[in-house]
Amino acid sequence: MTHVLKIENLQVAVEGKPILRGVDLEIKHGETHALMGPNGSGKSTLGQAIMGHPKYEVTGGSITLDGEDLLEMEPDERARAGMFMAFQRPVAIPGVKMADFLRHSTTNVRNPERKEGEDLIPMKDFRRELKDKMQQLQMDMEFARRYVNDGFSGGEMKRAEILQLAMLQPKFAILDETDSGLDADAVRLASESIADIGREKMGLLIITHHDKLLVHNPPEFTHVMLGGRLVETGGSELAEELHANGYERIRAAYPEAEAENLAMAGE
Amino acid sequence: MATEITPDKNDEAESIGEINKYDFRTETEAVFKAQKGLNEEIVRQISAMKEEPEWMLEFRLKALEIFESKPMPEWGGDIDINFQDIYYYLKPTDGQEKSWDDVPEEIKETFDRLGIPEAERKFLAGVKAQFESEVVYGSVAEDLEKQGVIFTDTDSALKEHPELFREYFGTIIPSEDNKFSALNSAVWSGGSFIYVPPGVKIEFPLQAYFRINAQNMGQFERTLIIVDEGAEIHYVEGCTAPMYSSDSLHSAVVEVIVKKNGRCRYTTIQNWANNIYNLVTKRAVCYADATMEWVDGNLGSQLTMKYPAVYMMEPGAHGEILSIAFAGNGQHQDAGAKLVHAAPHTTGQIISKSISKNGGRSSYRGLVRVEEGATHAKNNVVCDALILDPESRSDTYPYIEIMEQDVSIGHEASVSRIGEEQLFYLTSRGLSETEASAMIVNGFIEPLVKELPMEYAVELNRLIQLQMEGSVG
Ligand SMILES: Nc1ncnc2c1ncn2[C@@H]1O[C@H](COP(=O)(O)OP(=O)(O)OP(=O)(O)O)[C@@H](O)[C@H]1O
Ligand SMILES: [Mg+2]
Repeated sequence: MTHVLKIENLQVAVEGKPILRGVDLEIKHGETHALMGPNGSGKSTLGQAIMGHPKYEVTGGSITLDGEDLLEMEPDERARAGMFMAFQRPVAIPGVKMADFLRHSTTNVRNPERKEGEDLIPMKDFRRELKDKMQQLQMDMEFARRYVNDGFSGGEMKRAEILQLAMLQPKFAILDETDSGLDADAVRLASESIADIGREKMGLLIITHHDKLLVHNPPEFTHVMLGGRLVETGGSELAEELHANGYERIRAAYPEAEAENLAMAGE
Repeated sequence: MATEITPDKNDEAESIGEINKYDFRTETEAVFKAQKGLNEEIVRQISAMKEEPEWMLEFRLKALEIFESKPMPEWGGDIDINFQDIYYYLKPTDGQEKSWDDVPEEIKETFDRLGIPEAERKFLAGVKAQFESEVVYGSVAEDLEKQGVIFTDTDSALKEHPELFREYFGTIIPSEDNKFSALNSAVWSGGSFIYVPPGVKIEFPLQAYFRINAQNMGQFERTLIIVDEGAEIHYVEGCTAPMYSSDSLHSAVVEVIVKKNGRCRYTTIQNWANNIYNLVTKRAVCYADATMEWVDGNLGSQLTMKYPAVYMMEPGAHGEILSIAFAGNGQHQDAGAKLVHAAPHTTGQIISKSISKNGGRSSYRGLVRVEEGATHAKNNVVCDALILDPESRSDTYPYIEIMEQDVSIGHEASVSRIGEEQLFYLTSRGLSETEASAMIVNGFIEPLVKELPMEYAVELNRLIQLQMEGSVG
């Protein structure tokens, strides 16, 4: 079965303020989609809403995974159903070791029916697997003993997000500006890590302002967001055009969305 | 059969071992009828039962007077205790006659979840008078003895080491100190007595339950630790299993002396049942270049008031207090610390972490005093509070008294709530909300937990997990 993530007419508000104004997007397993658009246009908001952040209120529309209503699920249930988002700004959890956290989350995602207090995946297996994945990303094992995102450099945080992606092997992954902060080597390693999971085994939504990740992971589709709407969709050539020329053409072509974008930013 | 509980025999390890063989359920009457309430007669009776020297009886009677003359403390928490409704010495209904079937279901369940060994469960639940530790402890005891270490219960110490005992007993915490130290001084029973000779370093944590018996864990235990010059010890008391007791008042006194170049760490993890008032006085004096550390974890109880103190008496002394408090529903943790710099070049540090949930209340109450002449004293206080829901509460009462100019004092306090962003990050990676909150709480206390002996750290983490369940959603 080909897994499908389907977003229809999605409307999202934050603290009563509308941000997304009807987004339609369908991602099939094995596809890579790029999501671009100027700052503040609503790209991260889409990611947060898909994962179920309580602050992002869905005021209309639907999100389904293989026909199942994601909106009915808690964030952890979405993760267990196969959803993953690499955060634009990962959150620090002082005192919690990467390895402990990852062992819990890997266990839950692999055994979606697991109840609290039930066994975790065996330490030995987990450690071996973690070590492999970390080596691949050229991360020092010491890293696993550090506290989650606490005092990480920008690049370390993004590497840690890729490490989690590699461990959790979701059906669909949203990478929210994972490439910003990564040096050229790290982008290559991250892409290898994604290749290793197998792009055909994932649906990818890459939110980016750069072409770094896209060069390694050429998108079949490129979407442009402006003022909380997807105003244009094209192939990888659209991403290239936007990288080369910026958003001037888009802003001019969709004055209404542009006005909404300015209004959001102005508030 | 009943005669086996007479105090004279009770004071000897062999006869304790014997008592152990009996089935306490069939035993209906202790040798003397204990009586509720507190008066001169009862204090005399306690001292007589223990066959104490005259000076101890006088000490007790004087303490009783002080207790009666002192008002209740006006700060801290609400104390509603009827002192005449408490047994102050061996009670016929206490523990020994209880059967496992009488132990409340939720306590048994907690033992299960914590993975407490069978033998310990019965002891902890008060079904058994003694934890069978002689096997574990035997070889350790021999080893310690060879090095000249004295490790015994306080009642035995009074008999077996009268001079050493009298030299230090009550010198660190005089009966006048506060109402509850006076009460303890009047009716104390059990506790640990430790003497570590000069230069002897005990390499492993010395655990109270090596020698635990019903008396040791009593309501009014009295502990005295003397660490001689250049000696080192880590003493651990308590455990994370809920301590189930029908008594509503626990009031201990702990005195520690650390001589020149000595080191003492005293770790306590206690998890009291919800009906208990836990009012404890703990104080150490620390001489030249000596170090005293209190690591203090408080869970449960109705009200805990506990402020471990270190008095730094000579140059180079170092005092450190790490405290964790967890206040759940109906609980008030009034915990803190006291550091007194009484000599130049002394250093002190207080780290306090508190967690309040389900309407629980935790307070940090701390005093830092730098006395005149204590130049170059350095002190740093960090207290962080984590509040898990809007019904819960946290307060900070830092008192600082500085009588000297040339000192360095730091104080940081923070109050935080479990962040929505932290919870979302963890749940979006597949952790349930309960797991995520427990993880955040465990992370919050991690800097202290990593100071604990391994098995305590593991138990404490599991306990936090348990406490968190049902608290969210
Ligand atoms: N948690 C929030 N609280 C308040 N406002 C928010 C929140 N999240 C998003 N917004 C607002 O919604 C709008 C869209 O933000 P969003 O983060 O989705 O933009 P973006 O397209 O990801 O931008 P960037 O390229 O800068 O990351 C912005 O005006 C932003 O200020
Ligand atoms: Mg963004």
